[in-house]
Amino acid sequence: MNSATWYGLLGATLAGIGLYGLIVHPHVLRKILSFNLLGSGVFLIAGVVARRGADAGLPGDPVLQGLVITGIIVAFSATALAVALLLRLAEAAHTASLSPDALAVQAGDAPLPADGSDPGVARRPEGA
Amino acid sequence: MNLVPLGLVLDIGLGLLALAIALFALRTRTTYAAAVGFVAFGLLVALAWFRLGAPDVALTEAAIGGGLTGLLMLNASARLRATEAAAERERPGVPLRLLALLAAVAVAGALAIAVLALPTPAPTLAPLAVANAPVTGLGNPVAATLMAFRATDTLLEKVVLVLAIVGVWSLARDERWGGRPGRRHAADPNGVLVFFARLLPPIGIVFGVYLLFVSADLPGGAFQGGTILAAMWLLAIMARLADTPTIDQRWLRFWLIAGPAAFLLVGLAGLAFGSGFLAYPEPLAKPIILFVEVVKIVTVGVTLALIVAGPPERRGGEGR
Repeated sequence: MNSATWYGLLGATLAGIGLYGLIVHPHVLRKILSFNLLGSGVFLIAGVVARRGADAGLPGDPVLQGLVITGIIVAFSATALAVALLLRLAEAAHTASLSPDALAVQAGDAPLPADGSDPGVARRPEGA
Repeated sequence: MNLVPLGLVLDIGLGLLALAIALFALRTRTTYAAAVGFVAFGLLVALAWFRLGAPDVALTEAAIGGGLTGLLMLNASARLRATEAAAERERPGVPLRLLALLAAVAVAGALAIAVLALPTPAPTLAPLAVANAPVTGLGNPVAATLMAFRATDTLLEKVVLVLAIVGVWSLARDERWGGRPGRRHAADPNGVLVFFARLLPPIGIVFGVYLLFVSADLPGGAFQGGTILAAMWLLAIMARLADTPTIDQRWLRFWLIAGPAAFLLVGLAGLAFGSGFLAYPEPLAKPIILFVEVVKIVTVGVTLALIVAGPPERRGGEGR
């Protein structure tokens, strides 16, 4: 095994770790973080393909390396927007999870029921 | 002659360390610890990029992946501390976790098989890039790719940054529109943060500009340089030596769009006077690229700092 193949396998494993965290973590910031791990794995695989394309005295294919740089910047932009959305969600609904229950129970601006009871109480499932 | 090449041993150690930290960021209890792990992970991945013969990508990964993304996560996790306990209780049961594990193993396995099955000899554009680099006047083929061969990608990436800042700002509450982004930071005036915020910016600004000018022939670039400028500004903001500007100022709006606007104008000029969109006339290629890059470094610095600072949360008068 050479170094490029090793980093390729590392990238594949990181993509798996990121995907697992993205599905399993309820906290959205952990999901965003996991998504970035997944992205790092995918970029590393692209880096391995570039490394294997070393030719003409260059250590790697510069076109693919340039595309990865653009990719990292776009991934940062998307992450920043996601974090801003999450902070706004937490401010409005006092939760950092996407589960419909958490959003319905904790949303401060949920429509009030007709009888004027506390919406937080009314929306809790039976027996809670 | 060693039995096992030393470089491979280094690569395996680096990879295992990165893997261990990724697992730590995945498994650790608190979001703050996960964010700290992510910063360390970003720096290790940057080292991996050096080992893959991609110093330009390594600089970007260290500045963005480890630096700014890490800063975003650290800020957000500190502000979201109150939400963690409730989210933790929603942890899915064993069946869903097993399904997720299955999906993760399937994806990782498929990618690993794809990596092992990569064709030999590998397809490459390196000879073409080297052959055409002299036309651009740039000795660094990655810079030539970003500024000439694939300039449309770079132009669109700048537009993505503008969209990101528009998106972040549009999350502001109505009554805060036109105010200052982010919360006011608390800083001990005799603390180590303030000391570094006074010490580092002069060095950082010189280094950021150096990265831009050296990128013609060596690793670097307007983006990496702009990221360092943004980091210096953010450092001063966090130490309360400076404050974020109110977002309704004309100079700010101008610099946010100056980078992509200059790039677009050059592209349209290529359509009018040259052979096509973003086609630079050969003797002028280098000065044109330099012009776009100099405008870009300011735009990148301002945009990145404001993206990290977040939507406006304070009125213009509030703060000091």
